[in-house]
Amino acid sequence: DTSLAEANSFSPSLPISPSSMINQYKFEDEPELKDLFITVDDPESHITAIETFITYRVVTKTSRGEFDSCEYEVRRRYQDFLWLKSKLEEAHPTLIIPPLPEKFIMKGMVERFSDEFIETRRKALHKFLNRIADHPTLTFNEDFKIFLTAQAWELSSHKKQGPGLLSRMGQTVRAVASSVRGGVKNRPEMFTEMNDYMETFSHKINVLDKIAHRIYKEEREYFNEMKEYGPIHTLWSASEEDIADSLKGVASCIDKCCKATEKRMAGLSESLLPIIHEYVLYSEILMGVLKRRDQIQSELDSKVDALANKKADKDLFSEEIGKLEDKVECANNALKADWDRWKQNMRYDMRSAFTSVADNNLHYYEECLATWETFLASQTEDHHREEDSEDRP
Amino acid sequence: MEDCLAKKMEITVSEAEKRTGRNAMNMQETYTAYLIETRAVESQNEGQCSPVDSLWRRYSEFELLRNYLLVTYPHIVVPPLPEKRADFVWHKLSADNMDPDFVERRRIGLENFLLRVASHPVLCRDKIFYSFLTQEGGWKEMVNETGFQLKADSRLKALNATFRVKNPDKRFTELKHYSDELQSVISHLLRVRARVADRLYGVYKVHGNYGRVFSEWSAIEKEMGDGLQSAGHHMDVYAASIDDILEEEEHYADQLKEYLFYAEALRAVCRKHELMQYDLEMAAQDLTSKKQQCEELATGTMRTFSLKGMTSKLFGQETPEQREAKIKVLEEQIQEGEEQLKSKNLEGRDFVKSAWADIERFKEQKNHDLKEALISYAVMQISMCKKGIQVWTNAKECFSKM
Repeated sequence: DTSLAEANSFSPSLPISPSSMINQYKFEDEPELKDLFITVDDPESHITAIETFITYRVVTKTSRGEFDSCEYEVRRRYQDFLWLKSKLEEAHPTLIIPPLPEKFIMKGMVERFSDEFIETRRKALHKFLNRIADHPTLTFNEDFKIFLTAQAWELSSHKKQGPGLLSRMGQTVRAVASSVRGGVKNRPEMFTEMNDYMETFSHKINVLDKIAHRIYKEEREYFNEMKEYGPIHTLWSASEEDIADSLKGVASCIDKCCKATEKRMAGLSESLLPIIHEYVLYSEILMGVLKRRDQIQSELDSKVDALANKKADKDLFSEEIGKLEDKVECANNALKADWDRWKQNMRYDMRSAFTSVADNNLHYYEECLATWETFLASQTEDHHREEDSEDRP
Repeated sequence: MEDCLAKKMEITVSEAEKRTGRNAMNMQETYTAYLIETRAVESQNEGQCSPVDSLWRRYSEFELLRNYLLVTYPHIVVPPLPEKRADFVWHKLSADNMDPDFVERRRIGLENFLLRVASHPVLCRDKIFYSFLTQEGGWKEMVNETGFQLKADSRLKALNATFRVKNPDKRFTELKHYSDELQSVISHLLRVRARVADRLYGVYKVHGNYGRVFSEWSAIEKEMGDGLQSAGHHMDVYAASIDDILEEEEHYADQLKEYLFYAEALRAVCRKHELMQYDLEMAAQDLTSKKQQCEELATGTMRTFSLKGMTSKLFGQETPEQREAKIKVLEEQIQEGEEQLKSKNLEGRDFVKSAWADIERFKEQKNHDLKEALISYAVMQISMCKKGIQVWTNAKECFSKM
């Protein structure tokens, strides 16, 4: 079952440092006991009077007590995933929510509903849900549970509750405003380091994204030319007698190498491009998370300043400040723990992605080597046979 | 091939040099001169090293030599010269004649040409060829004095002109067809190979972009840094390796190009046969018509329409004396014509015999050379794969340490 294999490819949750033992977190002292398995598949097109859209089947298998059943099957559209993400961001502003595939691909080469686009999106959505399932906190989020289990009409009515678009917009506005103010005064060293790291990382991952796509493009163009190269030798062999076999041999080798290069391309497209792309999205998410943390802190800072200046309503303020201080501490700890976890995951993902690429290339060269060595052996065999026959009287 | 020149003399085109001089119109020009070195091959017993003779020649002199050989030995498949201008280039190679890589490959091609001629059983005995190798001054005048340009049949150059030949030797017709196919398929192959080389270059070089970004990324990573940095280095090695690989492949392309040009030489021999056959048929036709005219005059009948006949009917018959004179002239012409036809026939048969012998020799050479070339191509691919395996094995190790 390949879906399980994919789910298991996500890194094991590592135990969190004792300093962040707050009731928000589950202290995991044993390797993951996976009790939630999710697959996203079977895209289906729906056509209504107003619009056309795709739904995906989301299958959940679980042994958790809080779930009424042990298996669920629902259909979800992209909008529903967007909703889930925004609910998670709302509930956990300083946790790193996994990336969703983009709404559109502006590269112009993939149509909105082409098979390639849908498949890429499906894989990304699958990853999105599994990353949430693997996250020590997010996995227990109520909206997540509803997303996985509710029937279509149940989900719609649930969506209508809770803070709507305006409040989300408000958050964004505040975040932008705080960034305009130019950072936060009392930002702990750790988060400045994170910010610096993310700025560089973000730049580098974007460059890598471009490089990876360039490589794919060059490999594809090479493949296109190679397709024509082999058959010319076959054509030539038709006019020859003595060297016809050698020519056909070369043609066959080139064709085999051509197929091998196609495999290499596919490998790159599966193992490297999606990962790099996810981390491009992750870098944006992380910058956002850092901003939100700053914003929470600046709420506290501005209240503290106000208190220092006003000196009136001290009691009221100090209670508010107390709450804000707690909020900041929670946010900081949440982010710190999630950051460490993210970094571990990133390291694992990058290592495995690049190792896959290396493996792809090794397989490619090994296959080509075998092909040409076989051809060479056949040619030198013939050569010796010819020489022997010439020596005979 | 026991006593061909190549066995008695070592020939190399060892150097190429840029020169400036004045051309025929007294304008300054830059050209490349090639140093031809020759040395007599001593038998092993003597153990002495004979002195090396050398002289400089430029490409146009090689061309002159070849044109001379083409005209003087029309029944021989004359070895071709390396291309005059860089053709079938992919983007990295320049199409500039002064480019050092192009000059180097041309030097090798010119040496190959001389060796081919020197090992040809017929061509190696040619005195003009020998002088080309050994006589620095006055060679050009010597060639021109042979008057070969006058012997040249301009019709041979008109590639598109067709001659309605009624009875060509079928083998030559087939051979011409083969040479057309060979030329077409090798051109196509070389064009696609150049495009493939271009793309392959692109794939390798773009991996070089990893090095810098890995290095910059490694600066912000603690545990991943070393793995990234060293992987980047291997990607640089990978990107750089394509230059040597493709340079080697150019030599393979040159081997194919030689046979592309050989196809033209083959066609030239076939054309020569066609022309000889055409001339023969025309001469026979002319003879037949003259004989017919003669008969008509003698018997007074007119089987075929002729303007002269008509005018004589309109303006009065000729006198018997006039007729006698005409018949006599025709009889002389007929006799000449019959002798010419006989010798043309003999020439034709000799040509076919000696040409076909050389063609068989050529076929064997071609099959041997092309098979060797294909083998060397396989060897190159194997080497490229092994390099790739080495680099990616190293890179994989670095990635696993990330």
